[in-house]
Amino acid sequence: MNTFQVAFYVLALMALAGAAGLAWARSVVHGALFLILALLAVAGLFLVLLADFLALVQVLLYGGAVAILILFAMMLTRAREEPAALDNAQKPWAMLVCLLVFLGTVAVAYATPWPRSGSFSHVGFEAIGVSLFTQWAIPFEIASLVLLVAMVGAIIIARAEEQE
Amino acid sequence: MIPLEHFLVVSGALFSLGLYTVLARRNGVLVLMGVELMLNGVTLNLVAFSVFSDPQRLVGQIFAIFVITVAAAEVALALAIILRLYRNRQTANVDQADLMRW
Repeated sequence: MNTFQVAFYVLALMALAGAAGLAWARSVVHGALFLILALLAVAGLFLVLLADFLALVQVLLYGGAVAILILFAMMLTRAREEPAALDNAQKPWAMLVCLLVFLGTVAVAYATPWPRSGSFSHVGFEAIGVSLFTQWAIPFEIASLVLLVAMVGAIIIARAEEQE
Repeated sequence: MIPLEHFLVVSGALFSLGLYTVLARRNGVLVLMGVELMLNGVTLNLVAFSVFSDPQRLVGQIFAIFVITVAAAEVALALAIILRLYRNRQTANVDQADLMRW
């Protein structure tokens, strides 16, 4: 077991603990904290994969922005004051579907002969930037347009109307 | 060297737990958090494939960046909708937004 393997298994356990905590948390605030744990552990898994740009993006966007947005929404909808009934009636079916999806994924992952290409290697920020602005320039522009439209839409939907 | 399958199992587990959260929870914010977890599982999958089977190790990371971007747009819009739902119906539970249910 070298350092990478130890780090991988610890971080994977943290991510799964966070995900399970989110799935079975008894309050929304606890769920959000477990979600943040899972997202930061996934950022660590990106580091194990030597994708350090993505790890940074993950910490900034998920650990920062998305977590704060979710906490704000909880505060504004007063989700923390609600009684304990957080699960709906389709819980057993949801459990069954989730288990089937997981077993199917594992079966396919182990049954397929994946192509391999040597060992891990590091991808620099520069290579990602060059690729993003040359080969993937049009999807990049479309993504920026999507973000702009989503931002305008979110402001219009969430804004209080004048007569309210 | 960590085998590729272990990454796939972890991302599959993250996806399944997110799916369970989406299907079994009533609160809209919790459902949204489940969607985020599913998207994170997918992102981990893309990066693992990119590292293990793409000689340049780049395309999967670019895809992951786009997934994260779209997820950010999605979370902002969905939270705005949940806020609007709470303001109109005094609840954030998705199963109580049943005005158009047959």
